[in-house]
Amino acid sequence: MATADASIGARRKYPPKYGSISRDRRWALRWSYVFLVLFAIFFLMPPIYMLITSLKTSAEISAESNPWWVYHPTLANYIELLSSSQYLGYFRNSAIVSVFVVTTTMLISVPAAFALSRMKFWGSATLATGIFLTYLIPETLLFLPLFKMFALFNQWTGIQLINRWWVLLFLYPTLTVPFCTWIMIGYFASIPKELDEAALIDGAGWLQTLTKIFIPVALPGLIAATIFAFTVSWAQFLYPLAFTTSSEQLVLPVGIITSLIKGDVFNWGQIMTGALLGAAPPLIIYAFLMDYYIAGLTAGATKG
Amino acid sequence: MAEVRLRRVVKTFDAVEAVRGIDLDIADHEFVVLVGPSGCGKSTTLRMIAGLEDITDGDIMIGGDIVNDVPPKDRDIAMVFQNYALYPHMTVSQNMSFGLRLKRYPRAEIKKRVDEAARILDIKELLDRKPKQLSGGQRQRVAMGRAIVRNPKVFLFDEPLSNLDAKLRVQMRTEIKKVHQQVRTTTIYVTHDQVEAMTLADRVVVMNHGTIEQVGTPQQLYHSPRTRFVAGFIGSPAMNFIPCRIEAADGGLSVRLTDALAFPVPDARAERYRDCTQNGALLLGLRPEHITDAHANLAPGEIPFDANLEVTEPMGMETLVYFPLNGTQVCGRVNPNAGARDGSPLRMAANLNNMHLIDATSGRVI
Amino acid sequence: MVDIVLPGQAGSAGETRRRSSLKRTMQRKSTVAFLMALPLVLLISLLVLYPALYSLYLATLNKSMQRFIGFGNFAFLFKRETFWMVVRQSCIFALTAVLFKALIGFVVAHFVHNIPAKGQRKWRGMLLVPWVIPPAMSTLAWLWLFDPSYSAFNWILAIFRVGPIPWTGDANWARFSVILVNVWIGAPFFMIMYLAALKSVPEQLYEAAAIDGANWWQRIWYVTLPMMRNIIAITALFSLIVTFANFDIVRILTQGGPIDKTHVFATWAFWLGIQGGDIPLGASVSLFMVPILATAAIFILRDITRRGNEA
Repeated sequence: MATADASIGARRKYPPKYGSISRDRRWALRWSYVFLVLFAIFFLMPPIYMLITSLKTSAEISAESNPWWVYHPTLANYIELLSSSQYLGYFRNSAIVSVFVVTTTMLISVPAAFALSRMKFWGSATLATGIFLTYLIPETLLFLPLFKMFALFNQWTGIQLINRWWVLLFLYPTLTVPFCTWIMIGYFASIPKELDEAALIDGAGWLQTLTKIFIPVALPGLIAATIFAFTVSWAQFLYPLAFTTSSEQLVLPVGIITSLIKGDVFNWGQIMTGALLGAAPPLIIYAFLMDYYIAGLTAGATKG
Repeated sequence: MAEVRLRRVVKTFDAVEAVRGIDLDIADHEFVVLVGPSGCGKSTTLRMIAGLEDITDGDIMIGGDIVNDVPPKDRDIAMVFQNYALYPHMTVSQNMSFGLRLKRYPRAEIKKRVDEAARILDIKELLDRKPKQLSGGQRQRVAMGRAIVRNPKVFLFDEPLSNLDAKLRVQMRTEIKKVHQQVRTTTIYVTHDQVEAMTLADRVVVMNHGTIEQVGTPQQLYHSPRTRFVAGFIGSPAMNFIPCRIEAADGGLSVRLTDALAFPVPDARAERYRDCTQNGALLLGLRPEHITDAHANLAPGEIPFDANLEVTEPMGMETLVYFPLNGTQVCGRVNPNAGARDGSPLRMAANLNNMHLIDATSGRVI
Repeated sequence: MVDIVLPGQAGSAGETRRRSSLKRTMQRKSTVAFLMALPLVLLISLLVLYPALYSLYLATLNKSMQRFIGFGNFAFLFKRETFWMVVRQSCIFALTAVLFKALIGFVVAHFVHNIPAKGQRKWRGMLLVPWVIPPAMSTLAWLWLFDPSYSAFNWILAIFRVGPIPWTGDANWARFSVILVNVWIGAPFFMIMYLAALKSVPEQLYEAAAIDGANWWQRIWYVTLPMMRNIIAITALFSLIVTFANFDIVRILTQGGPIDKTHVFATWAFWLGIQGGDIPLGASVSLFMVPILATAAIFILRDITRRGNEA
């Protein structure tokens, strides 16, 4: 008797809510989309504004009209910059430096990561931790002593290192190599040890194991590390600002800021165009290889 | 000639002795299984034969040459791993031919060998697939193909079936045996599963704590185990060990289990146990298949007794019964129609013709 | 731990005795491995470790770098009010920015996690854009958005009759702006990290909690946060270090102004060292970052090794 009463009472207290879970979910979903749209506006607004401004004439920029809309779109800014040898020079410098640095980085990182993750030798564990730690020494600590070191080097050997863009080829890897090594160690470590042993029994030496087995299998990691190295090189600001001054030596970030801002006159149309074009390569790579990009980011922390 | 010889082989990891000086002779074309519980040193031994582990002391000879310092690729061996270790970015045929390609064999020869191995293993249609498109059993066959293709002196198998589900394991076991019949290469096979050992091996090496307990054919190990460990390891369900004493009775010997229960020792065995009457710590070893339900025509040596069954496990073709005897739980195998039920008594018969007497302190089978 | 014999050591078949351990160690894979790691070691030693130590020495010199003045530079800095302002500003920026980045990252990650998997990729892609754009470029965009005369934000505010805000002109607004840009650039990184961590929390834990009667807030507090504790800590510490040493944003947005009210260690060191020509003084300023960075680094290391042991 008691159970029958209880169940009737229960039914009255909690009317059957068929699909109550899904209604909950739908509600959460709607609110999620609302907030996501808000955040998307927040995150995408500056680049969009860059685009808008880049399509405006100087006249329209200084006018009182709505800054969020283009009334007389023009490609004049783009044409001017893309035909300016100075700007193209910046682009070229950035491209050359980035490509070289990426190559150097991978040539240093991959063998080092292989050695550290696979070939346990004396001190390999400390070295691995040490590399990770050096990543934490910021360039804002190093740029001044480096400046002095370069000046001294000039005194000893007569080779001028300051205001030479190719010096960046040596400096940038200090920023990219530690993290890329870290990423590759993570990917290499996830390859099962039996694969090495099978290769060993099949007759592969260490170098063959690296090139024929590890690199192909860890290819996603390689791509992620390459993208990371490229993005970091392209976006560098402090080192080029400190070490390059004359116009033909500048890379893109520094070039835009120092040359397009002449005195007190800011040609915003051109600045925004220049900045947008400067942001284009990383954005394009990101658009096509987004998964590798993200994998590179998360690999550092989650793969440990 | 591809015989393998181990002489006083020792392996120490830091302070731990994983392998304590074993001697073993494996003849050409023989299929030898190293079996034992986890940590007994069987995998370590296999890896030392492969060259994947250094030998702390002792010698290993393959085909008459000492190979202690020879790198794996020059030992003319092939290995099949527990996790298959297939190269994920290569197709099946590339996986199988990798070793040959490294040694720069001519392409025609490589193709011939790969095709032959694929025929033996029935994986011809898989040659262009990548490992991730294959099932576990197929991957294992590819791993075996990789080994066959190299035409080595010795095959080494490191627990190859452990990752497969039970049904597939039984299937693959037969495959491996058939392959060995075709390709008669010397094989050393490591497993912790004694069923695999018994079904596949020409000879079985039972290892425990880094030493060899016994080497023999499956039949020898089953019928004449030399130590308690081997007796309890081989055979499933495991042999029963019941504390007992030997006493003189009726002109012969009898095995006393409890105050109420004693089994007369068959004459054929009495001679062996004559000197054991003083020994206090003895165990009676009797396999469950030799403890059955009592039926009409009992042969000499089959002694009936009553048992109070605790648990019964109907297996279909037989029923396993568990009952207490002198403080230990004993397992018996009875006819499914014997009327065995949980908690009820049953008239059983123990076949003492297959008894073993074990010294409890030394673990030796008398 | 695999000790593998190097190829090429086949030795004569007649050799039977023990291996001579010393000789083999020399020819072991250790040498090959060390050579492979050597370029890395050289690069780091020469261009990271050495300059770091060198800066210690530099900080003890006078402006023209002729004389050794010991702690003179440090004493000088301690007396300057600007220095203490820089210390305070750097710390406040770093802590506030990281806090908001973590919060926003966490919240957004949850929303992205809630929507069906197909759409997640699209939204994730859009929301990561601030991280992908070179910070120098996007800071320029913000500079333009904050422009005293033409700020697009002020234009919108004017519609609601809210007075024009001196985004970079007023000290406190300038500080706010710097933090805002920093958060804008960095929050997506946190979102990605947290999203990955969210996905790794087993769904069954949430189901068990729901059965136990937990509402959404309690589920976050009792299930999500504890499971994500490690990632949260490591990402935050990482970001603390990077934010603390940040240069680009302040440099481009405010140049440290107005009246040095937004200077951080990095920009002030640049101002003193390169623009002011006093490298030792600049180096001393930079060095003050070290204690805080080191503390954060120790915590990170401890967390990583602890996580490594748990895993």
